[in-house]
Amino acid sequence: MSLNSLPLISTKDLAIGYKNPKRGRHVLHSDINVKLNAGEFACLLGPNGSGKSTLLHTLCGFIPALGGDVFIGDSPVTSISNKEMSRLVSVVLTERIEVANMTVFDLVSLGRSPYTGFFGQMKSRDVKKVKEAIAAVGLNDFEDRPLTQMSDGERQKALIAKALVQETPMIVLDEPTAFLDLPSRIELMNLLRKLSHERNKGILLSTHDLDLALQMADKIWLLAKGKKIESGTPEDLVLTNEFRRFFEREGILFDNSTGQFTVDKRNLKSIRVIGKGIEYKWVSRALARKGFEASDNSYSDIEVEIRSDGTPEYLVTGPSGKTHKLRTIEDLLEQIDQENNS
Amino acid sequence: MQKVFVPSLTKRSYRTIWLVILVLLSFSLFMLNLLLGSVSIPVEDIFKIIIGSNIENESWSFIILKSRLPQTITAMLAGAGLAVGGLQMQTLFRNPLAGPSILGISSGAGLGVAIVLMFAGKIGGVALSGFGLAGHLSVAAAAFAGAMVVLMLVLFLSRHIKDNAVLLIVGIMVGYAASALVGILKFYSMREDVHAYVIWGLGSFSTVNWSQMKILFPVVILGLTGSFFLVKPLNVMLLGEQYAGNLGVNIRISKFLIILITGLLTATITAFCGPIAFLGLAVPHLTKGLLRTSDHKILLPAVIFFGCAVALFSNLIARMPGFEGGLPINAVTSIIGAPVVLSVILRRRNFRKAGF
Repeated sequence: MSLNSLPLISTKDLAIGYKNPKRGRHVLHSDINVKLNAGEFACLLGPNGSGKSTLLHTLCGFIPALGGDVFIGDSPVTSISNKEMSRLVSVVLTERIEVANMTVFDLVSLGRSPYTGFFGQMKSRDVKKVKEAIAAVGLNDFEDRPLTQMSDGERQKALIAKALVQETPMIVLDEPTAFLDLPSRIELMNLLRKLSHERNKGILLSTHDLDLALQMADKIWLLAKGKKIESGTPEDLVLTNEFRRFFEREGILFDNSTGQFTVDKRNLKSIRVIGKGIEYKWVSRALARKGFEASDNSYSDIEVEIRSDGTPEYLVTGPSGKTHKLRTIEDLLEQIDQENNS
Repeated sequence: MQKVFVPSLTKRSYRTIWLVILVLLSFSLFMLNLLLGSVSIPVEDIFKIIIGSNIENESWSFIILKSRLPQTITAMLAGAGLAVGGLQMQTLFRNPLAGPSILGISSGAGLGVAIVLMFAGKIGGVALSGFGLAGHLSVAAAAFAGAMVVLMLVLFLSRHIKDNAVLLIVGIMVGYAASALVGILKFYSMREDVHAYVIWGLGSFSTVNWSQMKILFPVVILGLTGSFFLVKPLNVMLLGEQYAGNLGVNIRISKFLIILITGLLTATITAFCGPIAFLGLAVPHLTKGLLRTSDHKILLPAVIFFGCAVALFSNLIARMPGFEGGLPINAVTSIIGAPVVLSVILRRRNFRKAGF
């Protein structure tokens, strides 16, 4: 099939869900019309149970569609054999891979399976590709390291290397950042974005990292229970209020101007904060967490003055008019609590 | 810890060395099995007997050709076949506790034997164990039939059950059901028949004669050869079925073939030798611990020779002076195997990982 100028994956009125012989069809979503282009880094966002994995598995042909079509290039996924598929889409799944005695090199080598012969014997060309992929994900010194002795982040990178040597135009990853700490998440997302742009691969991943997806993704797909799937560039989704509407659940508010999520607290009490610079920003943030709004309003009961020359000092003046001098934000919050309760 | 990070070249030669050691070990144990026994026969005469030249002492040639040689070959075939079956099951189910008997096949064989032994006694009014060779052949046939019924059942189910864990439970439940039926049969049977069943259940390499070898040998060789054709699917299946499918492997066919080969090996070996415990579970573990690889290209040949060696060694112990072939093979394999496996497991904590 030709993949030139066509989207790598596209769907037409796709319906996803599960078929159960006893309970019948359970449709999670229908009328899905999305596409993934070459060189595009797309993130699929959605709450738990919204059907992210089901969508990804349907796109890869692991489970049958309940309606509509999935196209790889211009051929429907149902017409593509297992063997052809292995050269078109590579996957990284949520399941942790823990095989004793298997090294990074062994794992990545398995990615060459669609190209090796009957016994899976690799030629020197294959070995070179495996080593190149291991280097590309930054695991140069880990070739002979057993998977059981690696961190979750390193293991995910090894799996990405496996997907790379499969030499598919598309890579689909199901929550690749799920077990990782924040620095590893950022590193992994960066790596994937780089790979998609440099190697012109279409990369689709599901994630819960809204902030990261918003910053890095070329396209975002939004999936929520009972809502139609939305896709587009992150900025468009923000400006058309899709993001805001999408997360319109109790207490969660997407701030269109900052691109951040805030916990929506009604009846904010305002506190006058005098100060500037970085201390001002972080004090406001700490106050916001406690349910106060930093303002210039001179009529508020409590006033906080920040002195930021040298060591920062926080001066709190309560309704009684008494001023306390404090050194840390922790003490500041404690003092405000006291003033507020008195 | 540090030892694990050997560079790949030395790692390869390390594995080659171990493979060579295993081959040599199997060969020397093969020779020892022919050499040692209650009657001492010189080595050069053993060679002469095997290559078919006449020697003056006819009883020697009788001992070697009718007793020691078939017994030794049976041990090798059983050891290799069960070990390969165990390796395949451990990979298919991604469970270190799987063995060739996990599918309930040996329980099926046991049930077949119990039905023949005990019903024959009930209906014919005579203990079948009294019939000698003819009796033994029908026991093997019954075991094979019982094993095949269970194998067919498991193969049929494997095509309809997607989840391997469910298949594993089905195998274990079939095993329980078969054991329960055997228990009922035992309860209503004559003492001689129950004794014959117990003897069969203890396992033996010495009951296979040359005419039975004509069945055992080709089936085991076929199974071992077949397993080599599954190297690639087995390697990929270590990652689980979804990854395997995404890497272009036909899961349905591979799974079917893996179960078929393991089933045939287990059914045939159990039919002729009785349910040999432990070998199929322990040998793959020991091999993986020794070679530290998950690659079936290396593991399969290693497991075959290791299986041979362990079975031959157990057979030697069973024939040690004082026991004179009287020691049941099952007792030997378990007594040697259990502590060895325990020590390996306790030293290596990643026992619970798939592929171990």
